[in-house]
Amino acid sequence: MKVLENLINYIDERTGLKEPFLRAILHPVPKGSTWLYVFGSAIMTCFIIQVVSGMALGTIYSSSAGDAYESVKYISSVAPFGSLLRGIHYFGASAMIVFTGMHMLRIYLMGSFKYPRELSWLTGVGLLFLTVGMGFTGQILRWDQNSVWTVAVGANQAMRAPFIGKYLVEILNAGPEVGAQTLSHIFSYHVFLLPGILIGAIVIHIWMVLFNGISEPPKVGELVDPATYKKKYHDLLERDGQPFWPVSVSRDIIFSTIVVLGILALAHFVGPPAVDIPPDPSIIQAQPKPDWYLLWYFSLLAIMPKQLEDVSILLCPVIAVLVLLAPAILAPRGERSPSRRPWAVATVFMVVSFIGILTYLGVKEPWSPNFDAKAVPIEVIGAKSGPVYDGAQVFNTKGCLFCHTISHYGGTKGPDLTHVGSRLTHDQVTIRVINGGNNMPAYAGNITPEQLKSVTTFLESRK
Amino acid sequence: MTECKGCGNGPNEPKFMPDWSKVFVSREEFLKVLSFGLSGVIGLIAVIPGAGFVLNFLFRPQAPKWVKLGPLPNFKEGETARVGFRDPFFLPWDGVTANRSVWLRRNPDDQITVFSVSCTHLGCPVKWESKAELFMCPCHGGVYYKDGQVAGGPPLHPLPQYPVRVVANNVEIRIDTALTEG
Repeated sequence: MKVLENLINYIDERTGLKEPFLRAILHPVPKGSTWLYVFGSAIMTCFIIQVVSGMALGTIYSSSAGDAYESVKYISSVAPFGSLLRGIHYFGASAMIVFTGMHMLRIYLMGSFKYPRELSWLTGVGLLFLTVGMGFTGQILRWDQNSVWTVAVGANQAMRAPFIGKYLVEILNAGPEVGAQTLSHIFSYHVFLLPGILIGAIVIHIWMVLFNGISEPPKVGELVDPATYKKKYHDLLERDGQPFWPVSVSRDIIFSTIVVLGILALAHFVGPPAVDIPPDPSIIQAQPKPDWYLLWYFSLLAIMPKQLEDVSILLCPVIAVLVLLAPAILAPRGERSPSRRPWAVATVFMVVSFIGILTYLGVKEPWSPNFDAKAVPIEVIGAKSGPVYDGAQVFNTKGCLFCHTISHYGGTKGPDLTHVGSRLTHDQVTIRVINGGNNMPAYAGNITPEQLKSVTTFLESRK
Repeated sequence: MTECKGCGNGPNEPKFMPDWSKVFVSREEFLKVLSFGLSGVIGLIAVIPGAGFVLNFLFRPQAPKWVKLGPLPNFKEGETARVGFRDPFFLPWDGVTANRSVWLRRNPDDQITVFSVSCTHLGCPVKWESKAELFMCPCHGGVYYKDGQVAGGPPLHPLPQYPVRVVANNVEIRIDTALTEG
């Protein structure tokens, strides 16, 4: 121990770091800083896990478009610990996003974004977007078929921006189309640009936490007034504050250990996301989808009325930024307790429900045609020949099956037609097939009179 | 405002920012402005070539190129076929990423139409369902007729078409940076 003490003193004499370190680690925190205060340090732990696992993955990963896919396959199936590391990196990113969301909810509900911590909230919003940006660029680095088409989908959305759409597409693709420069640019953003900004923003964020102190648990009726808050806070700390080390720190470390063990368990038992087929855009068997944390946005675009789509694609991100920035700008003073802020609680409930439901829909994708649907079998058709049987073959081959279900066979995009014969007449079915409607194509030019007659006969028989 | 001794708050303390009224009469004030200016120059020298390099694709000339899709007899009348080709603007290390596809339709009147495979809704690749004679998008269920017009689902615009020509009995398409709408 004496040797260690001498070493510390040697360094301190030449750097003066001991005092600021001890002041930071021993700074007083308000009493009542409980387990709800552990999410921030959990995010930091996840970030460290990401940096370490990312640096390790980067020693084998190739950012050349021609080789990246094979390098990911090699990491996943040949390299020692490769699959585990990819899993740790993936679930570490997921945990970072989850805890960022929970941290922000805690801060919002407890009114901790109010004076003097408004800038902590604003940098926190920036950190959220940087974290999601890291996740999105990381998904692209898998460089499989899904990644390539995910970039294409992102570019298609960017194309809708008035005046600057073409340039946004070129910046996202690093050229007019997805190619070699797309991957090398996104690799550079993922490992240099975004982490650099992220580290800078984390340093500023933590500095502000140390400068303003951890917010005390809110008390009903104790309003934040910038004129008196700082004095009240310091009085509170002097009265019954406790040093950050060891009680609060140990709580943070216990929770972070549980998080890291959870990441490790998921990486081992669930494994990293599967690598899709090679990134060949000429193979069009692709159903691009973002990773889970952006699925809600993908769903939103699916259920949005199509006339509103252009506007919403462009405005949604802007609105999201403004909504997230708003609390610190519009409500920097006043009541902090959630029991006196019912609208804040309702907003959290609505946002969490909204994102949860849209994510669930994104997993289920009820709006997508089911191209893998099995043909309606003879036992369901109820005939081995004749017009009903012929109509079922038309139903199976003309694409009706992709969107409509009959007795559990088919897709779910359109209405279930299992009992369509009992709710629509012959004429109504015929008109619908010929004219289409809502999302259904008009089959007038795609179907012969005989096919039309048999398919309507088949549908009429579904009672 | 936080209290800070030696931060230029007192009357006799050195100030960080230059006093513009004394820039040409005080050595210290002149050196402050010079330091700010030269720092900006260093920043610009570091950033401009780097930014130009990162955004090189904005400055590369992209004259349209005609790409061969194959001999005309390869494409049957009344049928739609997927045709692959190599992106004419490819880079040597593109690998399979430079492969591209289009949907080519040869109409009975011998007219050739070549569609982009990207759905106009969000850009997912559309499939051709030959028996239904429809293009269908797997993502959000966009549907197009064989002539590329919207048949159903969320797309608002028809499938984009490439300019086509037949040269020496070979079908060729023009690759631009932007597609026209059919």
